[in-house]
Amino acid sequence: MHEMPVTESILNVVLKHAAMNKAEKIISVNLQIGKLSDLQDEWLQRYFDYLSKGTIAEGAKLKIERTPVIMQCDGCSTCYEVEVAQMDNLVCPACGADRATFFSGREYYIKTMEVQ
Amino acid sequence: MAEIKLIEVKEEILADNIRQAASVRDEYKRKKTMLLNLMSSPGSGKTSLILRTVEALKDSVNIGVIEADIDSTVDAEKVAATGIPAVQLRTGGFCHLDAAMVTQGLDALVGNDLDLIIIENVGNLVCPAEFDTGAHKNVMILSVPEGDDKPLKYPLMFSVSDLLLVNKIDYLALSDFDIGALRKRALTLNPRMAILEISCRSGAGIEEWIKWLRQELEAFRK
Repeated sequence: MHEMPVTESILNVVLKHAAMNKAEKIISVNLQIGKLSDLQDEWLQRYFDYLSKGTIAEGAKLKIERTPVIMQCDGCSTCYEVEVAQMDNLVCPACGADRATFFSGREYYIKTMEVQ
Repeated sequence: MAEIKLIEVKEEILADNIRQAASVRDEYKRKKTMLLNLMSSPGSGKTSLILRTVEALKDSVNIGVIEADIDSTVDAEKVAATGIPAVQLRTGGFCHLDAAMVTQGLDALVGNDLDLIIIENVGNLVCPAEFDTGAHKNVMILSVPEGDDKPLKYPLMFSVSDLLLVNKIDYLALSDFDIGALRKRALTLNPRMAILEISCRSGAGIEEWIKWLRQELEAFRK
């Protein structure tokens, strides 16, 4: 729902780094976005294509890595991956405990980009 | 053809907003004005809660309100009728507030010497959770008719809130809402979150909410 302002931020950050590195063209951008985010990959790319027209990022491909939701067991501290829809039925694979605490899965990060 | 080079960016996507939010938070900490970001779905009781809060605190706490609405001034008019300073931000279709929009609202309230500014975010459980507004405390409302499964559908909102207010508890008897299940789901996402049950209509639980708010204001001023 809020892909537009997010895309604008991505574009601003990558243009800044491209200028710092005296790049002439941005080929691709590698993003890390946690699975807890509702952002839709397809819309990010569409908005990016629209906003980047006429800039050195025009035509760049967004490569989105979805980082998993990781819970940490309250009993034995084991970290394990869950799907968002299954957060209601937590079972620790190590000790079987059903109580766990949210550990990660909210990432919102630009890792690297390929430029010429 | 030029060689392809890999650049390490290592930056948060919303870096600009994060920076601006942090600067708003610092500025208002120095001014001793607590900013409270109120988030929920449309119709779950944000404006009713603000009216209840103003009614309970207006003799002891100077309150201002920033209202965000996509394109109307109905909420700000209701709040302004209580006599406290209220600003309406029309977000013009934007589904959330960010630190830049909040700054506009704060600028419009300058000169009022306020202890507390309540920011009523756009009614939406998705987008407001992604954007730091610069508030010191995040409070979300979930109302009974919305259902106890919402932490599974909107996990991010539950993970960023300091307090969950379960509103419309006067409807509990009419529904199959399982408050125990809601608590478990919400605390899994955010074990530090406080949870209070209220009804803005009957007034049940409002005293506990006011107590929470007074404690937070006191801790904030220290």
